[in-house]
Amino acid sequence: MPLPTSDTPLIFETGRDGRANRYLPEGPPLETLLPRGDLRDELPLPDNSELDVVRHFTRLSHKTFGIDTGFYPLGSCTMKYNPRINDASANVPALRDLHPFAPDATAQGALAVMWELERALASLFGMAAFSLNPAAGAHAELTALLIAKAYFRARGEAQRNVVVVPDTAHGTNPASAAMVGFKVLSLKSDARGRVDPDELRKVVGPETAVCMMTNPNTLGLFEPRIHEVSDVVHEAGGLMYYDGANANALMGNTRPGDMGFDLMHLNLHKTFSIPHGGGGAGAGPVGVAAHLVDYLPTPIVRAFDADGRDADAPGWRESADLTFALDFERPKSVGTMRSFWSNFAHMVRALAYCYANGADGLERVSKLAVLNANYVRCAIRDVVDVPYDEINRHEFVASAQSLKRETGVRALDLAKALLDRGYHAPTVYFPLIVPECLMIEPTETESKETLDGFVAAFREIVEAAKRDPESVLRTPVDTPVGRIDETRAARQPDLRWRPAATATT
Amino acid sequence: MLAAIGVESLDELVRVPDAVALRAPVEVTPQLSEIEIAERFRRFADRTTAAGYDAFLGAGAYRHYVPPVVGAIAMRGEFLTAYTPYQAEVSQGYLQAIYEWQTYVALLTGLDVANASVYDGATALAEAAIMAVNATGRKRILVSRAVHPNYRAVLRTYAEGLELDVEELPYGPDGRTDVSALDEALAANDVAAVVVQSPNFFGAIDALPAAAAQRAKAAKAIVIGVVAEALSLAALATPASWGAEICAGEAQSFGNAVAYGGPHVGFIAATEAHLRRIPGRLVGKSVDGSGRSAYVLTLQAREQHIRREKATSNICTNQAHCALCATIYLAAMGKSGLRDCAALNVARASELRAKVVALDGFVAKFDAPVFNEFVVRVPGRGADVLRALERKKILGGLDLGRFYPELDDCILMTATELTTSAQIDRFADALAEIPVRAAAHV
Repeated sequence: MPLPTSDTPLIFETGRDGRANRYLPEGPPLETLLPRGDLRDELPLPDNSELDVVRHFTRLSHKTFGIDTGFYPLGSCTMKYNPRINDASANVPALRDLHPFAPDATAQGALAVMWELERALASLFGMAAFSLNPAAGAHAELTALLIAKAYFRARGEAQRNVVVVPDTAHGTNPASAAMVGFKVLSLKSDARGRVDPDELRKVVGPETAVCMMTNPNTLGLFEPRIHEVSDVVHEAGGLMYYDGANANALMGNTRPGDMGFDLMHLNLHKTFSIPHGGGGAGAGPVGVAAHLVDYLPTPIVRAFDADGRDADAPGWRESADLTFALDFERPKSVGTMRSFWSNFAHMVRALAYCYANGADGLERVSKLAVLNANYVRCAIRDVVDVPYDEINRHEFVASAQSLKRETGVRALDLAKALLDRGYHAPTVYFPLIVPECLMIEPTETESKETLDGFVAAFREIVEAAKRDPESVLRTPVDTPVGRIDETRAARQPDLRWRPAATATT
Repeated sequence: MLAAIGVESLDELVRVPDAVALRAPVEVTPQLSEIEIAERFRRFADRTTAAGYDAFLGAGAYRHYVPPVVGAIAMRGEFLTAYTPYQAEVSQGYLQAIYEWQTYVALLTGLDVANASVYDGATALAEAAIMAVNATGRKRILVSRAVHPNYRAVLRTYAEGLELDVEELPYGPDGRTDVSALDEALAANDVAAVVVQSPNFFGAIDALPAAAAQRAKAAKAIVIGVVAEALSLAALATPASWGAEICAGEAQSFGNAVAYGGPHVGFIAATEAHLRRIPGRLVGKSVDGSGRSAYVLTLQAREQHIRREKATSNICTNQAHCALCATIYLAAMGKSGLRDCAALNVARASELRAKVVALDGFVAKFDAPVFNEFVVRVPGRGADVLRALERKKILGGLDLGRFYPELDDCILMTATELTTSAQIDRFADALAEIPVRAAAHV
């Protein structure tokens, strides 16, 4: 189904004075309320009728591809279906309109949501405690590295300033390390795409602070020697950090805590079915093992039973008979990471997802995610390179290297051709260690029919590339625009509309 | 499917070494049907009793009227379930909306460029400080004590990682930043940024005076203007007009719920000179192969997925959907609606302040002009007064003693266009009745 191709004028170009919507009573003139010197001269914004606003954004939505539009196998992003009960739960007025400074006594339901989720995550991933404070995955990485920094400082080991990152890692890992002043040591993966504990042993030492890993790694491969990796890092005095971007692969199967990780984050917007909304908001709870609990960012939700006793023992517990409080008084904490306590509406969504699945359901989620990814790999391995052709987890990596050599058609071209056929493209050119890389993550919510449709389209594109490469190189043609001149966008940055009167030439 | 893969069972696909097998059973929630989930959240809502209170809370999170059109459009599945628009050809709609958002922020702040969003106001400030540090090669940040305490706390958290020096400027008796100490603080020419917020945490309009802005400029320090109540931008002189080269703000007020603290939507705007230091996503306008105008993520060489440890920030996920809500809100409200809304906020706050300070023992703490919140000195401790009001189903504001020990007899009170005159009257009556005067001194 082709998306519309016509240009949509900017909202700034369509407005006319006098088309204001009467949402509010008229306000008194500002000049009568505040000193003129404190006021702005003009407000150069358009007035549009509500109908024009609705048509404008509806048109824009028609030129936007979401999971609701079609299959979205974007590797590393876990684009699973986002159940609408999650949003309905987040939109319950009492929760939606709760002010962050409302006294704890009037916010018990919201605190119960946070507490239940913290506990569910701790059990599911084998951590002693979670903080829901960080706003996204990268923000959580920064949080965790600040925890590590504070921990080592408290132990008199402030010299530990090196973060070891496998060469398959997400770009946020080294970028987060830089934000806490840590040096980054990139570790080469072995021929099987894994971290070799023996190689790791050669580079760790008294300066090692943290080893950041994800498992399965970004190639979709499980690191079978992860416990040895943890031992090597721990013996050197360092901490193990689990990047939870790939957590959809292992729920109910194994846990970061059981693998020896001391710190971790989750991308709730991936694993816990929170809509990604075009790039956010996300949510990045950070979990820690027992020795790091005191360093978690504030606030933490505390629970008390009817006798006022601390109710924070491990395991699931109903929240109905407990009372809750936000705890800001944590002297060893790294501090707070954001304006307010958490991306709370997303905590509601994540908890709704936990309820919809329960422990058994979440285990099944991961198993089916792995099944779907392996099914797609096996269905295309004969027409495209699969550099690590073995049982993978929730995603796998293919490569267009041979195809490019034979036909000139690259990974990017395959991606664009898929867009024409109504599929979102996989992640391309990541991880960096695989040339002409296509990273495919179908997720568990797709049916066999959808996967078969994708496979057929993929195979057909490869066939077309061999028969008539030009037909693939010129894609996409059925999208609102064709390939975009990115060089021009970067060289002559046009990042905003300007009113005609002040437009510069 | 298993046969196609060549395995016999699902378990075979997910087998792990014994060394990392589960050490204890996973215990999460019980599994519920959808109708039971809805019931469960109704119970959570019932326990969230604040919904039944009249609230005069703001302090960085504001309840405003959100026209239903915002939710109706923003919740369209195409917007809601899209990822970051890496594949621009099938993301033109979202990219255009972000370009419009960047334009709105630029026009509202008076600055040249704005990014696609950051997490919230506090992290916007932290990222803006990093921009200033990178621009100047200096590590000293001067921040007004009248900047939101949580924003300053986050700045300190980030500063710990980057080993920056954060020093505070005092506030004066009128509730504005006291810039008299600025000369001395800037004397060594080693300050990266001077940070002020307007309206500040006390509600006071706190634009940096021209002389102070010039002094900062002469010392090659960058002025960062913080805006925690974005609606004020519709009425007040722009941060650019009072010398801010970077504006770090929070736009929750534009069409986003307070939602117990998030998600909200931070923004960063700056002069052209700082363009390549801006963190996060930027959408640019270009053309496609046939010359049609087209939007695309641009200047990505700043970003973590390209530059890794040399990136301007580690940010990846931002607050795109909140920014979309804000864009739809701004489009629907238009300049007329925004002006009305801003004026109503000033008027309601002024009405509330007049009623409260007319009561015996309640005094306006500061006299600088305010936008939609203000500080009242109460007879007794602020916390005690608020607790007494709670018993009357009123959340009377924020106890400032929580953040400023010297202001433990002060409350920050907020009114918006949603605050009615009837609520204001009830509030004043309740204040007049509570027996705090006696209780406060025991």
